[in-house]
Amino acid sequence: MKKNLLHILPVVFAAVSLLNSSCKKEIVERNTVFPALAPANQDLDADTWKPILTASSTFTVATPDAVTSPNYLADLNEIKSYQRNLTKEQNDIIAYWSAGSVLRWNEILRDLVAKHNLPPYQKDDGTYPAPSAANPLAYPLFPFANPPYAARAYAYVSAAQYDALVQAWKFKKQFNRPAPYKTDAAINALVPKSDLPAYPSEDAVVSGVTAKMMELLFPGDLDFIRQKAAEEKLYRIMAGANTRSDMDAGESLGRQVADVFLTRARSDKAGAAIGNKDIWDKLENDTKATGQIPWISLELPRRPPMLPLFTQVTPFLFTTQTVVSLRPKAPYSTSSPEFKKEADEVLQMSMNRSREHERIVAFWADGVGTVTPPGHWNYIAAEEFVKHKFSEVRWARNLALLNMAEMDAAIVCWDAKYAYFNPRPSQYMFDIKTLTGVPNFPSYTSGHSNFSGAAATILGYLIPERKNDFMAMAQEAAMSRLYGAIHYRSDCEVGLQTGIKVGEYAIALAKADGAN
Amino acid sequence: MKITLQYIKYCISALALVALNQTVKAQTESDALMIPKNYFCAAGLYTHNSWNHYWEGTFRRENLNLGTVSSNVYALGGNYGLSNRINVLFMAPYVKTNVSAGTLRGQQGFQDISLAVKWMAVKEELGTGLLSLHAILSGSIPVGNYQADYLPLSIGMRSKNIALRGLLNYQVGRFFVAGAGQYMRRDNITIDRDAYYTTEMHYTNQVAMPNMTNFLFSTGYRSLKFNAEATLTHMNTIGGFDITKNNMPFPSNNMEATAVGGIFKYMFQNIQGLEFTAGGSWVLHGRNYGQNLGVFGGVYYVFSTKKDKSEK
Repeated sequence: MKKNLLHILPVVFAAVSLLNSSCKKEIVERNTVFPALAPANQDLDADTWKPILTASSTFTVATPDAVTSPNYLADLNEIKSYQRNLTKEQNDIIAYWSAGSVLRWNEILRDLVAKHNLPPYQKDDGTYPAPSAANPLAYPLFPFANPPYAARAYAYVSAAQYDALVQAWKFKKQFNRPAPYKTDAAINALVPKSDLPAYPSEDAVVSGVTAKMMELLFPGDLDFIRQKAAEEKLYRIMAGANTRSDMDAGESLGRQVADVFLTRARSDKAGAAIGNKDIWDKLENDTKATGQIPWISLELPRRPPMLPLFTQVTPFLFTTQTVVSLRPKAPYSTSSPEFKKEADEVLQMSMNRSREHERIVAFWADGVGTVTPPGHWNYIAAEEFVKHKFSEVRWARNLALLNMAEMDAAIVCWDAKYAYFNPRPSQYMFDIKTLTGVPNFPSYTSGHSNFSGAAATILGYLIPERKNDFMAMAQEAAMSRLYGAIHYRSDCEVGLQTGIKVGEYAIALAKADGAN
Repeated sequence: MKITLQYIKYCISALALVALNQTVKAQTESDALMIPKNYFCAAGLYTHNSWNHYWEGTFRRENLNLGTVSSNVYALGGNYGLSNRINVLFMAPYVKTNVSAGTLRGQQGFQDISLAVKWMAVKEELGTGLLSLHAILSGSIPVGNYQADYLPLSIGMRSKNIALRGLLNYQVGRFFVAGAGQYMRRDNITIDRDAYYTTEMHYTNQVAMPNMTNFLFSTGYRSLKFNAEATLTHMNTIGGFDITKNNMPFPSNNMEATAVGGIFKYMFQNIQGLEFTAGGSWVLHGRNYGQNLGVFGGVYYVFSTKKDKSEK
């Protein structure tokens, strides 16, 4: 036995070290290595840019204390006391937030969308419960952040952030109070220095407006939201970039701007978009009456169609009349040879086993439990914007343009889906197997294609040197739905074109907002 | 030769454990039996797995949009005696998955090739029986470029794994009892998406896979003609996250399963070296795991690679 042990121990030792030596590589996530935001241009004239909703609103920001006042000196002492003894955790908070307030809140919103993008589980009787905004923490959690809901949430948050920053720039110019690291040489700037006046704080404006918007959009996650807002406030103070009074004034202004957007959001008809049984049945019967095969849910138990009245939600870029005018021509009749031909093509895609198709389908799927297609375009945009070192106000303006286009693309797309109530390929031809889940709403036109067409169009305007790349990505995203065997070719092609038209409205707004 | 004869008879026992993800875990290295130097055992195995209930976190449910999730696994393997105390084993499965309801398309392809070295470190008479201690080092790598992030229909997880198992076996006459513990280190995997949500968003196409432990208890009867064995296994990932309500599974979920099984083997007396095996396993309890019923059958052929020395 002893002799054996002499053999065993070295071998076991060698094996264990082999296990340990095959160390896993540390994963570096792309958003963890964004540099501190040092804007190439502070856009000091952004007070003259045209806001979305608040051009004629009045907001109040208290006149700040003089930099010689006892209150201000106490604020400076607070900064100094933090800076004397920063912990590793506090330095990590500074590194995280210094990448940019608009960027980080966009990421936080994406996190919440992914968390909430889950269709409710059925009840015992085979019907589905609906989330309740009044009771957001009861199952099913409110909201179900499906693509239209998410598109609207991104749009409201981005547009409100943009307006809040335009308003903040006005007060910054008016009061012209410098950053603490300028008023006191003993305070270190732990973020890149800038000439932008510090009162009210742009970071606090963004967190204030966003946290307030979240009370409507993600009412069950306010603990998380407020913890983030508090962390950001601490970050600016610890970094020597703002005093506590800069932060308080910014937060207050942000919340005032949010109220304007919340008033609009509460009456934009999104709350009624779910419809009711009569409306769902009417859609089916009206379609049957035209001689077309109506859409039927492919889920078991059958799930009501997703947000059939989202088409009535008030758009940002145009009027409800324009929504109808953007409606694409009718799809091929479900009894036509063209329709059959397109379904046959989907069947071919379903049987195709190319790994490249699988990759494209998975890459763009953005289904359950993800940030949704508008969210995907948000991180595509964010990772691009980081390279351009935009000012906070330009970040907000660009994301507002993108996300208003995405929300309006959702409205226009949903209009076509429920005007035509067209069946999915797997409903029409049951041997069509899909490479990803079939979304629970009509086929014509593809939501991904609308979202991607709109996003690529406005992003191509904002970043002209990447215009072709963005459009190539949009093409791939659109075709991924055909490769995945969940859409006909015309759903994708027409959807992409409609999305591009919506994106052009965003370009028109961008050309006229004074930011160029 | 006589003392090893029984060992020749027992070549590979393959027990397929199939998760939500249809991972195949061929436990070829999990028994105490060795084949002697210069012998080779070739194996062909078929396994059918199916489940229609699964645990979403700890919530046991069915899913009418999946119906019954099943897989057919066709595996070829081998075991070679480098010496009487050291065996080298390999296995390569081809997997085909399917669902009986809903629209999702099944997957098919070669999964992961696994290699193992089994070392009988101790063999001692103890009391009236024979005690042996084995150390098994194994590794697996994906053969094909299959899609891991397509659960529950992906054919595997695509992680490169390395594992160390310790196995203690005590045999009295024809009855034995064995216990084993395994630690498996799983490498990060690459998926087709460039961002995913676990309990927060991750902006990368790399997924950190939790490591795993695997425990086995087995007992049974071994003769020159017939073996019967009952198994109890428990596998668990160290870490990972739960599938949230009505969400899709993900490769780095916290997966756990306790299963009971049986393995039978018949050795032909008139055709030297030919064996049949069959068996099954049933998941009693799991977490983020399918309640799988796996049944398998296979054939083994054991032969000496050195003709003249075979029966001296």
